[in-house]
Order: sequence, then structure tokens, then C-alpha cells
Amino acid sequence: MLSNYLPILIFLIIGLLMGVVMLALGFILSPRRPDAEKQSPYECGFEAFEDARMQFDVRYYLVAILFIIFDLEIAFLFPWGVVLDQIGWAGFWAMMVFLGLLTVGFVYEWKKGALEWE
Amino acid sequence: MFEQIIFYSFGTMLLLSALMVISVRNPVYAALFLVLAFFSTSAIWLLLRAEFLAIVLVLVYVGAVMVLFLFVVMMLDINLARLRAGFMRYLPAGALVALVLAASMVLVVGGEGFNEIRESGLAERGPAYSNTAELGEALFTAYLYPLEIAGAILLVAIIAAIALTQRAKRETKAQNPDAQVAVRRQDRVRLVKMSSERDSE
Repeated sequence: MLSNYLPILIFLIIGLLMGVVMLALGFILSPRRPDAEKQSPYECGFEAFEDARMQFDVRYYLVAILFIIFDLEIAFLFPWGVVLDQIGWAGFWAMMVFLGLLTVGFVYEWKKGALEWE
Repeated sequence: MFEQIIFYSFGTMLLLSALMVISVRNPVYAALFLVLAFFSTSAIWLLLRAEFLAIVLVLVYVGAVMVLFLFVVMMLDINLARLRAGFMRYLPAGALVALVLAASMVLVVGGEGFNEIRESGLAERGPAYSNTAELGEALFTAYLYPLEIAGAILLVAIIAAIALTQRAKRETKAQNPDAQVAVRRQDRVRLVKMSSERDSE
């Protein structure tokens, strides 16, 4: 089974090498003559106005969290689909109950307007 | 032998990146090292023949959870100096948590189930073996009840996230495209028959 994953390992190693070699070449070969002006932060040619960190609307995180939850739901669906032939009706209905629970959440989310963006 | 080399290289990577997570000063770098730690863990799980879990770890944790973490860490207005200030004050509580975690890990790794695996070793499977199918069969026959519990917990998470973030009713007005499309001429235009105001001369 593990032999199936050998290509992925090779890809990982090649990718790692590529990244390291490119960065290292740039580091070794490029001329570096820093001065105060070059190293100062800039924003379209003028001084930066403010810190990039600021208060954010919490709804961005709400969308992200809801995405994670439904992502997990899909993760459960995958093995279910693979073995649907073997698990019989009990397994089928178990998943329907599972999906039903999450659909309750989805309806709540929809009705509450959590998905709406003005 | 080859497998052991892979295990030790990923294990080393995991330990080093986990160490970096708690020691680098920049929280964005810490989050990125956590991503690397997840990748290494996923490789180790793969070595344990848990292919489905390994891929789910990458998809869910690296693809979704860590993106959320990075988003929070990069964008949020957190005062880094203040976060570091209470280190000594929180040290006893942190040490206690670490101790409990270490103890539970020792209990699990030294427990019955692990000994069984250690003695029997990992069964060698052919290339056609599907860990996903095996996992699915166990999950949807023997572990139905925990599965439904997981669904209920996810539901709680949905409702909690919405309840915590939804504020009072929105004040801004929005269009309702459904009603806009469904509108008919009679709803908008009224023809009024009336006699002319002034007699024509």
C-alpha cells in the first residue's frame, strides 16, 4: 500500500529541493547593497499610513468556521460512499441522520441570515 | 529500512517544527510552522497505513483550520507585547496542563492497544488494500452511535458560532431579487380612467 505513495514522496523531495535551491541561488548570486531608503517600508511610494492589523468584522470568521464544519461533513461522506455496498441500510440511514442533523444547522444558519452579505 | 529513514526524517521535522511553533516570536511564523508540523504528522500517519486520516489531516487542518488561524493571527489587532507579558504568571497553570497531557500520552502509548500493535507489527498489505474502506466499515457498523454524536457536536458548533457572531437585526436594506422578478405589470402601473380636467374648446 505504501508503495503507492512513493511518487508523492519523490514529489515532496523534488519540491523541497527546488525551493531550497532557488532561494539559496538568489541568496548567493544576487548583489546586496542595502541602504536605509531601500529597507524602509513603503506603500505605493509614500510612507505607510497605519498598521495592517486592525479590527475585523467577525462575520469573516463565521464564514470560515461554517466552512470548516461542512468540510468535516464531506470528510465523513467519503468513506461512507466507498463502503456503501457493504454497510447496508443501517449505515445508509445512519448517514442520513447525520446529514439531517447538519441540515438542521444549515437551515438555522440560512434563516438567521448568517450567509447574507450586505 | 527505507521506511525507517522516512519515519525518522518526518519525525525530526515534526519535533523541530513543533518546537519552533512555541519558540518563534512572530505568531505568523508560528502558525506556518504548525502547518509544517501537520504535514509531517500526516506523513507519519501514512506510514502507519492510515491513508484516509492522513489526507483528511491535510485537507481539514492544513486547508481549512490553519487558514483560519493564519487569517486571525495576521489580521487581528493583537497586542504582541501584552501577550508575552504574563509568561511567568501563567507558567504554573501551563505546566499543569503539560503534565496532564504528558501523563495521558504515556497512558495511551503504554496501554493495552498499543502493546498489541507493537507486538504484532503492522500487517503488510498489497497495493490494492484500501484503508478508507476499512475505516468506513468500522465507522458505519460498529461506531454508529459515536458518529451521530459527532454530528450533534457539529450542529452545536454551527449554532454556537452563529449565536456568538450574529448581532442585532441588520439595518441596511437589501434587494429581494425573487420578488423583483416575480413582479407583474398590474403591481406597478395603475391606469386611471378619468375625464379630462378641462373642456376642450
